[in-house]
Amino acid sequence: MGNPMRIRANVSGDTVEVKVLIRHDMETGQRKDASGKAVPAHFIQTLVAKWKDKVVLDAEMGTSVSKDPFLSFKFKGGAKGDKLTVAWTDNKGDSRTDEVVIA
Amino acid sequence: MNQNRRDAMRIGSVLSLAITAGLLKPSDVLAAPWQAGTFDAKSLADAVKAMGGDNYTISKDVSVSGPEIAENGAVVPVVVASTIPNTEIIAILVEKNPTPLSARFTIPAGTEASVSTRVKMGGTSNVHALVKADGKWFIASKEIKVTLGGCGG
Repeated sequence: MGNPMRIRANVSGDTVEVKVLIRHDMETGQRKDASGKAVPAHFIQTLVAKWKDKVVLDAEMGTSVSKDPFLSFKFKGGAKGDKLTVAWTDNKGDSRTDEVVIA
Repeated sequence: MNQNRRDAMRIGSVLSLAITAGLLKPSDVLAAPWQAGTFDAKSLADAVKAMGGDNYTISKDVSVSGPEIAENGAVVPVVVASTIPNTEIIAILVEKNPTPLSARFTIPAGTEASVSTRVKMGGTSNVHALVKADGKWFIASKEIKVTLGGCGG
């Protein structure tokens, strides 16, 4: 299982603002290590954010997303106390799901 | 352990077994399958074409925001946004990167068509936001200068 994400979800009026910080190396496969060998590509491919079983963001990423990906977006309808989950899967089949309560 | 957790574990373990056994590819069970023809396209034109967006028009209602000059190409904050109604997809493409398509977001109804993230840029390049709304494609671009390239090469 991947590293824990930091998720903040805050209500402002009728909108929930979500900020997610994921810990992931996002290796492009082009970087060389100290011995000159290319470090294999290792990156998040898909990420899904759900509010009460409704998908609020669906992201596909490639190797050009920065290490420790950051995402911020807003959606309507969420309320304080509702649950938000974020789940990602990477190219090696590793995955991580984290949940947060909307504040 | 409550019933929901038991169900989740049961479903999770069946899916993992199926994936391990080769019966199911991880892409089958995820919301939007990761499409290798797009993310590994080596030119802007190929990536756009692979997504079906090559008949795009430039739109003032789509925007790319970011620094004029990025000191560190490994971490360039960008915001891609569209005020076009029924925006379904926003894709970020870094023209001069070895594989220009950086990320593609599917925006469900109820979610604002504005996403902020951080991308790697190998060098100074145009950054494009390619948007699909009501079946039509639109684009906006911004040049971001990079002093130290960020693809590790």
